[in-house]
Amino acid sequence: MGVAVKDAAQEQVKPGAKHLGKQTLVFTTRPGVAATGAIAGPMEGKGPLGSLYDEVTADTILGQKTWEQAEVKMLEKAVSLAVQKAGFQPGEIDFVVCGDLLNQLGASSFAARTLDRPHLGIYGACSCWTEAMIVGSVMVDGGYATRVAIGASSHHDTAERQFRYPTEFGGQRPPTATWTTTGAGGACIVDQSDPGIAGYPRITHGTVGRVVDIGVKDPYDMGSAMAPAAADTIVTHLRDTGRLPTDYDLIITGDLGRVGKALTMDLAAESGFNLEPVLDDCGLHIYYDHQDVHCGASGCASSALVYSSNLHRKLISGEIRRLLLVATGALFSPTSYQQGESIPGIAYAVAIERAEQPQKGASANA
Amino acid sequence: MVKASQQELEKYKKLQKKYTPPRPWFRNAIQAFLIGGAISMAGEAVRQFFIFGMGMSPKTAGPPTSSVMIFLGALLTGIGIYDQIGRVGGMGAALPITGFSNSIVSPAMEFKREGWVMGVGARMFTVAGPVIVYGLLTAFAVGFVQFALTGGKG
Repeated sequence: MGVAVKDAAQEQVKPGAKHLGKQTLVFTTRPGVAATGAIAGPMEGKGPLGSLYDEVTADTILGQKTWEQAEVKMLEKAVSLAVQKAGFQPGEIDFVVCGDLLNQLGASSFAARTLDRPHLGIYGACSCWTEAMIVGSVMVDGGYATRVAIGASSHHDTAERQFRYPTEFGGQRPPTATWTTTGAGGACIVDQSDPGIAGYPRITHGTVGRVVDIGVKDPYDMGSAMAPAAADTIVTHLRDTGRLPTDYDLIITGDLGRVGKALTMDLAAESGFNLEPVLDDCGLHIYYDHQDVHCGASGCASSALVYSSNLHRKLISGEIRRLLLVATGALFSPTSYQQGESIPGIAYAVAIERAEQPQKGASANA
Repeated sequence: MVKASQQELEKYKKLQKKYTPPRPWFRNAIQAFLIGGAISMAGEAVRQFFIFGMGMSPKTAGPPTSSVMIFLGALLTGIGIYDQIGRVGGMGAALPITGFSNSIVSPAMEFKREGWVMGVGARMFTVAGPVIVYGLLTAFAVGFVQFALTGGKG
């Protein structure tokens, strides 16, 4: 009896046709990313991608009473904008999948209250963007939805007050510290029946990361804490799909910063993959060096903004033919840190291919 | 992997060391000296004002000087300047009484949005609290030792 039950269970967990290798999902219908919305804070607006964001806010409070409300507003705007640019009414969206950094998903839940669509809140720390992309793609590819809107946000001041010190506290940050990005990204994932699908970048694979904990404890060095998870997910993705790093025009991590990127490259090399020609990090594209953010940008908005503003545009124009976007998250809380726990990392990878009919000179604001 | 072994962590730390930018100890020390020194100079100027301008004795000029410096620290925190000073000055900005003021005013400002009781009231001393608790504890211990040695006549 016991044996029979065990066999039945094993039958069920046996990888299905869409499960490749250890951790990779294949989206056989290749869901399309119809449009994106990128809302950035003023400091981000002065960064290298400043002109590509849909909106750069004048300040970080957006006329609200609290930083948290401002972050909610940004997320609402980014998701609504993506839906609008994709040519849909809000009511035509089947599901919304959002994530952020706040306790109990403070920004996502309250944004979803306004968006008024069925909502799945997800938490992967700064990896929310690709985690949402995977969840959205699963729903669309599985035939459970025709249109899913995703979003991710972070806000420097809400993150500081929750994870570190009050915003006006005069403390010094070590050189390994990263700066939490203020902004939000949104995207609309559609199925292949969409009339515009030929012009949209297509999501082909998603690799769900494992929680990897190397034992780093310094919350001012999250790049080092997350690099092993990033390397693990990238290497697993390449092994699962049988691809080489150079099969991608770009493999870009979420918010590892300078130190984390270098470490990821070394760790992947130990596993036999040379990422040097293709590896980059979104966190190095949000701010200029002179903006004094030390190791780069972090936060959910780092990968969300870089994809929504620049990478999406390049996938439409055909400038990037195949992209592996690997958002990374440091899964710690003030409580776990104060209780002496180390900082576990996670990374989710999404493979996105250029549109079937690339449009030259496509712009993020088109 | 789940969680790395101590051995793996040691190996990783070596790798980490290779890429981690060195902390600018020397630059930080110079900046702390200059900022901390400037704040102390300002404090001394205020004290001199109380002595020569208001005719106080050097001893009685201390408390009003502290009050003025606490006020200045709070003011600079309130208008969003002290965090910039702290960013450059590090310990040089944290150690003087203006830094102590900053450590109380900044959470008070930050948590005002959670209300006067559970916000400002409850969280005002989140940063300064430990300093006060252990400062008092040390004072008690030193006072006790002094009492034990001198019998309260010292």
